[in-house]
Amino acid sequence: MDIKFTKWIKSRQGQKWIIVFTFLLIPLLLLIVFTYLPFAKMIQFSFYQMGYLGKREFVGIDNYVQVFTRPDYFATFKVSIYYFIGAFIQMTLALYFASILSFKMKGRNVFKGILFLPYLINGVAIGFIFLYFFKRMGTLDSLLTLIGVPIEQIPYWLKNRDINNISLSFVSVWRYMGINLIMFIGAIQSINGELYEASEIDGANEWQQFRHIILPSIKTVVSLNLILAVKGAISVFEIPYIMTNGSNGTTTFVIQTIVTAFKYKKVGLASAMAVVLLVLILLITAIQEYCFKDKEARQ
Amino acid sequence: MKKISKYIFTLLKYVSLILASLVAIVPLVVVFFASFKTPIEFRDSGVLDFPNHFTHLENYIRAFTDGNMLLGFLNTMIILIISMIGTILTGTMTAYVLNRFEFKARKIVKSAFMIATLVPAVTMQVTCYQIMNSLQLINTRTSVILLFIGTDIIAIYIFIQFLENISMSLDESAIVDGASYFTVFFKIIMPLLRPAIITVVIIKGVNIYNDFYTPFLYMTSRKLVVISTSLFNFQGPYGTQWQVICAGIIITVIPTLILFLFFQKYIYSGLTQGAVKE
Repeated sequence: MDIKFTKWIKSRQGQKWIIVFTFLLIPLLLLIVFTYLPFAKMIQFSFYQMGYLGKREFVGIDNYVQVFTRPDYFATFKVSIYYFIGAFIQMTLALYFASILSFKMKGRNVFKGILFLPYLINGVAIGFIFLYFFKRMGTLDSLLTLIGVPIEQIPYWLKNRDINNISLSFVSVWRYMGINLIMFIGAIQSINGELYEASEIDGANEWQQFRHIILPSIKTVVSLNLILAVKGAISVFEIPYIMTNGSNGTTTFVIQTIVTAFKYKKVGLASAMAVVLLVLILLITAIQEYCFKDKEARQ
Repeated sequence: MKKISKYIFTLLKYVSLILASLVAIVPLVVVFFASFKTPIEFRDSGVLDFPNHFTHLENYIRAFTDGNMLLGFLNTMIILIISMIGTILTGTMTAYVLNRFEFKARKIVKSAFMIATLVPAVTMQVTCYQIMNSLQLINTRTSVILLFIGTDIIAIYIFIQFLENISMSLDESAIVDGASYFTVFFKIIMPLLRPAIITVVIIKGVNIYNDFYTPFLYMTSRKLVVISTSLFNFQGPYGTQWQVICAGIIITVIPTLILFLFFQKYIYSGLTQGAVKE
């Protein structure tokens, strides 16, 4: 038996099993402990009323009912709408600048670098940069008074409930536009150059080139980015958490989830919220998969 | 007529680019100005005004020492290096096994990793925290490192994609020559994966350096601040001292800026590859 086992170990088949086992052991263990176990617990906890410590009480779907009926929870979905709109503006801007910066021009790399740079900056630093930007007599107010707007007419950008979510989504656009830009430039540059030459001979202008050559060729990248942006819009957390801590109606769904779990220690309710978000993300992913099935098949 | 419209088009192009560039950098430039101002100067001057001296470094000294940013850098570096090595090792090992070997559970294991990319990480923390707690890892660097290594599926994805384009003939001939799988992995696969490793290092480096919520939730102890959390802690004590906060912001941004200037091309390609799979 022992000899047989040693022989098996030394054989190719044995070696294969050893390498598969040893190489996968740690990665799989980590995956199970920090992704699947929390996932399973999240679903389990979502049916309980509980904290991190102490008693648990089974409450059925009560937590889910709360997520959808309590106005202070459900209202956070409305905040996402601002970020959705921001995402669309972000895509449009990125598309516009990408179609300019994909072609030879003076200062192309400098502009590309400057427009991309915000994406690399630390989230907390961005939060503070824009607290300074939006504060009374901060960057924005100073610029506005410089062009003659009286200070009394300038609103409080982060306190006024009518506009604070717009201010925050602006920060989001400022931060993430650069990555879309780079991805669009990559896609546009992979278009065959002969197409432009041919269209120029046919007398097409820049808009026609954009409409009939560029746009059709990068449709997939644009939709992919749009879906990523939509996913981003429903899971906004960092910027509003750092800048306003969710005050004055700027709480997003994820901020509410984190606050419910870590501040109020309502782990059951927070788990239900996390499940709801996960289902939403999965739905969007399913739509994405469905829309890109052809594309995937080709690859 | 056509010439004029072309001229206007070019002009508009540049005007819009310059405007957008101003929007991108002015918020940062004014912060840079403020970071050199004395408290009185800050109070008396406008946000857009230049500082009197670009040599007034007191705010920087305060941000570094009182603001704990030195410690923040140290902790970030420790976490960054260990997580990076861990991610590269686990990522390449997983990718190697999943790409080069046929075994029964292969499909299941592969989908197990791929499905995990769909789960939004922030909300997972609700229950992940409880698991960390029962492992008694709250307020240790290990907690954050484990999360960075264990939940980084994008790296595996990138490595697998890269391996798919490397012909198996190299490993096969080595095996015919009597090399073990371990030798093949360390001597042949690892060196070939270098470009993919660079990509992962960039994505991972940017992510870890900029990550806020993981250290914020798992390392609340003052001794364990990282760059993000040490800057975040400026909010309370320096609430009214914007010039110190601004110095903190600039300190945080400078390493990113330097890296960007030197590795621009790698960063563009690395981050676009990472973003698609997120």
